[in-house]
Amino acid sequence: MAMTDEHDALAAPASVDVLEGDAGDFFALLKPRVMSLVVFTALVGLLMAPGEIHPVLGFIAILSIAVGAGASGALNMWYDADIDILMGRTAKRPIPAGRISADTTLAFGMFLSVFSVATLGLLVNWLSAGLLAFTIFFYAVVYTMWLKRSTPQNIVIGGAAGAFPPIIGWACVTNSISIESIVLFAIIFLWTPAHFWALALFKSEDYGRAGIPMLPNVAGERTTKHQIVLYAVLTAICGVVPTIMGFAGTMYGVFAAILGAVFIWYAVQVWRMPDGDAKMVPAKKMFAYSLVYLFCIFTALMVGALVTKFTGIAV
Amino acid sequence: MNQPDLTDKQKKARRSRNVALGIALAVLAVMFYVVTIIKIGPGIFDRAM
Repeated sequence: MAMTDEHDALAAPASVDVLEGDAGDFFALLKPRVMSLVVFTALVGLLMAPGEIHPVLGFIAILSIAVGAGASGALNMWYDADIDILMGRTAKRPIPAGRISADTTLAFGMFLSVFSVATLGLLVNWLSAGLLAFTIFFYAVVYTMWLKRSTPQNIVIGGAAGAFPPIIGWACVTNSISIESIVLFAIIFLWTPAHFWALALFKSEDYGRAGIPMLPNVAGERTTKHQIVLYAVLTAICGVVPTIMGFAGTMYGVFAAILGAVFIWYAVQVWRMPDGDAKMVPAKKMFAYSLVYLFCIFTALMVGALVTKFTGIAV
Repeated sequence: MNQPDLTDKQKKARRSRNVALGIALAVLAVMFYVVTIIKIGPGIFDRAM
């Protein structure tokens, strides 16, 4: 396995003995923007699940999932410090900027991983804790150490790590995995490639400089655009499955269909973009809309589930 | 053991880390106390003196 072949720890900045990183830098190691998506989708899974959980335990469950996600982000930054320094988007992160040492980041990430999993297991249930542990392992080891530097399918398979939170949130309440939570997983899993490849198109120079085999760098822009349209269509279809399966109402279904149609429209605009386009405006718009899409889909699912829970009316 | 002389920036960063760690520990203590009450139930207060 080419897990460590291309990882060059010596290329990372030398360790700093005396830390200049403040609390904000440690918080940045947790990738707060990714963490916010994890918190939100896990919360939706937790609220949609049939059954009850004490609000305080629900809060602790979400907090543990957030900290676990942050821990995997810190482990990712520890391992990727050598390539983060080469990309404009990541060069200012605490390790490449020299504010926190790689060793400190590794210890920080490992401690938070163990602590978040143990807390979730002891205070909520061990199925959700096991799923959180697997998610951290999948993101930090399978995606970061293995897939990211070895295959252009890195974010397709690695996207599973970002898709697990609603399953974990659901398991916190039911202590089980169900087909409904797997559908929530599938929406994020299918959404991830279209979202990331839109970014990879207009950041391909960055990824190329760092030697990461993203699809536009390996297979070219045309193939990437075909794949973006394919995954946008699959995401849009999966978005209405909750209504087809009966765990979301008709209003949600119509809303999801409209959002999905717009998602496909943006993907087609990317597909129509000439190869070699310098500004990549459609790709940037697609990337921005993909965030809006996921947020709106999960908000609609959450609102629908809460309305059904409190009124008995499926919307 | 000789402590290295810290710059003002390093001292400020250390203070920031210490405050964050203190808050995190306080939150954890409260959190585990509250969860203990929830898990055991309000009967914990009904013990004979």
